[in-house]
Amino acid sequence: MAVNRNFRVCPSTGLSYHEPAEKLMRWNAVAAVVSLLVGGVLAVLIVLTRWQAVHLLPPDWFYLLLTAHGLDMLVFWIIFFEIAVLYFCASTLLRCRLAAPNWAWAGFWLMIVGALVNNVAVFRGDSSVMFTSYVPMGAHPAFYLGLILFAVGALIACFVFLGTLAVAKSEKTYHGSVPLVTFGAITAAIIAIFTIASGAIILIPTFLWSVGLIGHIDSLMYRTVWWAFGHSSQQINVAAHVSVWYAIAAIVFGAKPMSEKVSRTAFLLYILFLQLASAHHLLADPGLTSHWKIFNTSYAMYLAVLASMVHGLTVPGAIEVAQRQKGYNKGLFEWLRKAPWGNPSFSAMFISLIGFGFLGGISGVMMGTEQLNLIIHNTIYVPGHFHATVVIGTTLAFMGLTYFLIPTLFRRELMFPGMAKWQPYVFGLGMAGFSLFMMGAGTLGVPRRHWDITFAGNPLAYDGWAGGTAWLMIAAMAICGLLATVGGAMYLLITVGSVFLGKRIATPDFAYVKARDGVAPTMKPVEVAFEAHGSNIGTAGFVAPGTFVLALVFLLSFVLYYFVNWKYLSTVWPLS
Amino acid sequence: MDTASTDSTPANEVPDEPIPAMQQLLDNPFLLLFLGIAMPTVLYIVWGVMEIVGIPIAK
Repeated sequence: MAVNRNFRVCPSTGLSYHEPAEKLMRWNAVAAVVSLLVGGVLAVLIVLTRWQAVHLLPPDWFYLLLTAHGLDMLVFWIIFFEIAVLYFCASTLLRCRLAAPNWAWAGFWLMIVGALVNNVAVFRGDSSVMFTSYVPMGAHPAFYLGLILFAVGALIACFVFLGTLAVAKSEKTYHGSVPLVTFGAITAAIIAIFTIASGAIILIPTFLWSVGLIGHIDSLMYRTVWWAFGHSSQQINVAAHVSVWYAIAAIVFGAKPMSEKVSRTAFLLYILFLQLASAHHLLADPGLTSHWKIFNTSYAMYLAVLASMVHGLTVPGAIEVAQRQKGYNKGLFEWLRKAPWGNPSFSAMFISLIGFGFLGGISGVMMGTEQLNLIIHNTIYVPGHFHATVVIGTTLAFMGLTYFLIPTLFRRELMFPGMAKWQPYVFGLGMAGFSLFMMGAGTLGVPRRHWDITFAGNPLAYDGWAGGTAWLMIAAMAICGLLATVGGAMYLLITVGSVFLGKRIATPDFAYVKARDGVAPTMKPVEVAFEAHGSNIGTAGFVAPGTFVLALVFLLSFVLYYFVNWKYLSTVWPLS
Repeated sequence: MDTASTDSTPANEVPDEPIPAMQQLLDNPFLLLFLGIAMPTVLYIVWGVMEIVGIPIAK
């Protein structure tokens, strides 16, 4: 069979796009944005229901929409976009043809069918089992079947990605090691394969149970294996969005990682230990020993946490060095003040980095401590934490990357550029408030996933909630949530408008060129930002002193918050 | 884009120094795939399932 070796070169970025890879990236990105649109509309309705003063939906609709929102956002939006990122990092960055495009299309259509089947099952009304679908609470068989089809499709895409790496190596489209951004994508793909395999181990028997072929599934066994899928799927996001941070730092600033070795070792720690954090969800479960819980929730003695802190230091550090070498070398923070805050790719990436670290990261480590977890287990604190990691961290990073991809991948000018400047701030600040107030309410004990936190009309009805503070927190959460959905709507308007109605970028010599030797053509050499960090930048012997100060502020916040929670635990759990 | 390491070695130049073991590991995605599957499978799934299976059944 003839191999398609047609490439085009983007005139503004010099990036080479293999024709089938380009189409797959576009289709996956469009499917992702459609999922985000559905999940976003549901988010508005859910927020207006959790806001006790509004309480928009009846309980059955609330649980139905919460299930659909969780799946459309946490699974379909994120993974469709990640597959586009994987193809970009393999085919485009390595200037290589995509391995097995037909298989890639088969995977894509399986994912589409799976997502549709799952959504139909939920909207039928008999599968309101939440994202977690804990047994023995049963859903319609189509619910599980949809997830299995989607997972098989995503698995095929991961192997196409790995196959493309093998093709690039055999056809010598690069020399030495793959770029760091591609290495981050490899990390995401490896975590994805473990995640999907775990999903198959538990969802296939659950599907057979739903159709009556298996009589019983042990609930603790389900929860243990399911979380290897449910939580690890969010660790794919971490690896993917950290790769996007490095990519945007390189795109916007020409920044070179402060140390390739250190950054790659940090990704290796992700590969080895990040998935273990799934045990967070089982800290209150009987039946599993503290040995298992502590070892796993520590991300293997905090080595994967260390990796996140390394990335959180090296990405802004690389930006600082690049900025200082451009002359923004005064004081601690001139490099940051003079950063292009009106460029939505940069502002989205930086807010993502800060929000992920300060809100998502610190709260995640606190939650993973067995004793402290008792304070907030199954409270609304938990969704507060993962909205900080997945929405501010991952979604905002992906939004930032989209603003770069629309001109280069879709060859369209960005519509509403003024709105695009503001979008990351509206979305990021709205979601930061949303997460913070959720975590505040959770600290006061407000339960997650409940239509009515007062349990009105029930024997254990309760509306005390710390003298009304929790009510205030929930209301503030809802207002911030609505602000974030405005930011989400701005993103959708800009991206959908640009892709379908945006002015086509004129490329007079546009053509796909056949590459004879497997290596894509280059219009101009890809620029290497800086070969070495200069010694005449920075202050007090530090090349990136501003980042060092930011890291100290982060560590101080981390330590303070951690010990405040121990103090809080001592007050809610008196020993005398 | 940062493709520094991609272009770090010219095509017609063979490096004379041996590649360090750590770099060989990091350059092998299939070995990394094995490690990334084996570690959580053993430490999280197998260990966890063994603990659940070991719970005495109530009489």
